[in-house]
Amino acid sequence: METYYNPEDLAKFGTMGEEAPELWDKFMQYYGAVFAEGALTAREKSLIALAVAHAVQCPYCIDSYTQDCLSKGVDEEQMTEAVHVAAAIRGGATLVHGVQMKNMVKKLEF
Amino acid sequence: MEIREKFRELTEIPEFESRIEDEQIKMTGEHMEVLQVNVGRLCNLACKHCHVEAGPKRTEIMSREVMEACLEAYGMQGFRTIDITGGAPEMNPNFRWFVEEAVKICPHVIVRTNLVIMLEEGYEDLPEFYAANKVELVCSLPHYKAKNADRQRGEGVFEGSIEVLKKLNAIGYGRKPELVLNMVYNPGGAFFPPAQGAIEREYKDRLGREYGIVFNNLFTITNNPIGRFGGFLVRSGNLAGYMQKLYGAFNGKTLPNMMCRSQVSVGWDGSLYDCDFNQALGMEISTGETIMTLAKQPYRPRRICFDKHCYACTAGQGSSCGGSTEG
Repeated sequence: METYYNPEDLAKFGTMGEEAPELWDKFMQYYGAVFAEGALTAREKSLIALAVAHAVQCPYCIDSYTQDCLSKGVDEEQMTEAVHVAAAIRGGATLVHGVQMKNMVKKLEF
Repeated sequence: MEIREKFRELTEIPEFESRIEDEQIKMTGEHMEVLQVNVGRLCNLACKHCHVEAGPKRTEIMSREVMEACLEAYGMQGFRTIDITGGAPEMNPNFRWFVEEAVKICPHVIVRTNLVIMLEEGYEDLPEFYAANKVELVCSLPHYKAKNADRQRGEGVFEGSIEVLKKLNAIGYGRKPELVLNMVYNPGGAFFPPAQGAIEREYKDRLGREYGIVFNNLFTITNNPIGRFGGFLVRSGNLAGYMQKLYGAFNGKTLPNMMCRSQVSVGWDGSLYDCDFNQALGMEISTGETIMTLAKQPYRPRRICFDKHCYACTAGQGSSCGGSTEG
C-alpha cells in the first residue's frame, strides 16, 4: 500500500542537501553541535528530542530518537515519561488557550 | 539456516577483513595477554542474549586433563591473565581445583559469574572461596532496574543478584583493592550500549542509592549477532538493520585493540578460538592447534579468523570482554 511515510525514506534525509548543499552543511553542522555533550548531557538531549518528536508528531524522528535513547541507556519507562511530558505540554497548551476563549466570551456576552 | 549463511546473504555489508588495510592487524600481536577458558556450557540460567546458548541442559564440560593443559600453556605462551568463563563456570566439577591452581601461577585470575549461582545449594560458600583466592569477579547485571534485568535473564534474577552483590560487598569485594568486583552491561535488544563512563556513573548512583552496593568498573559489551541473540535478530526481522548499524558505526581506531589480537579462547574440549564469539560459531584458530599443542611450544603469532560478526567489536567505542576498547 502506498503511504506518504516510508521507513526507508529516513535514510534519504541527506538528499535534502542535493539542491542546497551550503544550507544543508550549515544545518548539519548546527545539528551536530546541538546534540553534542554540553551543559546538558547527550542523553538528556536525546530524551528532549524524543519528547519533541512526539509533540511535532514526526515518525522519522520518533524512529531515530527511540533508537538513540536506547543506545544511550534510556529505558522504556523513562521514554514513556518523556512522551507524557510532551502530552502534558500539548494538553496544557490547548487548555490554557481556553483562557482566550473565556476572554472573548466575557467580552461578547451580556 | 546457520547465522554465517545469513551474513553471506547480506551482500551490502562487505566482508570484515576488507575493512582492514594493515596486514599486521590481521595477525595476533607480539605477545599474548589473556587466556580465556570456557570451562563448559552448563548454566543455571538461559539468558536471551547468550552467544554461547548456555543453559541447564547443556552437557559440554571441560575435563581436568584440558584444564591441566591450560595451566601449562599459560606459562609456555606468556599470558598475563586467566579469564574463566562458561556457562556458569562454577558448575564444572573441577572448577575450584582449577581456580586454586590458576592463582598459584597467575597474578590476575578473572571469573565471569552470573552471581545467582551463588544462591544455589552447594555454591553458597563461593563468595568466601573467591575472596580467599583474590579472584577478580566480572558479573553480569544487564540493568540496575529489576524489570529490565529480568527481561533478559529471567524472572527473579535481579533480586537474587542484588542479594549476592550485598554479600560480596560485605566480605570486601568492591571495597578492598585486592577484591575487584566489575560488572557487565549489555543492551537489552538490537541497539548499542551507551558510553561506558556515562552508564557506569548511572549504575553506581542507582545501585548505591537504592541498595548500598559498590563496585569497581562497569564494562559495556555490544551484543554480538550470533547465538541466541542472533536467533532473536532473525526472528524479529532485525538482523539486516542491526548489521547495517554495526557496519555503519565501524571505527577503524578500534582495530589495533581488538581482543582477538592478544588472547586465545579455549573450548571445553581443548579446541582453540580467537575469541569466545568465534568459539560459539565453531570457527577454530587458523593453525588448527589445540591447547595440548600450546602447552608444549612457545607463542607464535597467528592469522586471525574473521567474519561479519566482528563488526560488533569495532562499532563506535569498540567492544570486548573487557568493555569498550577505544582510547
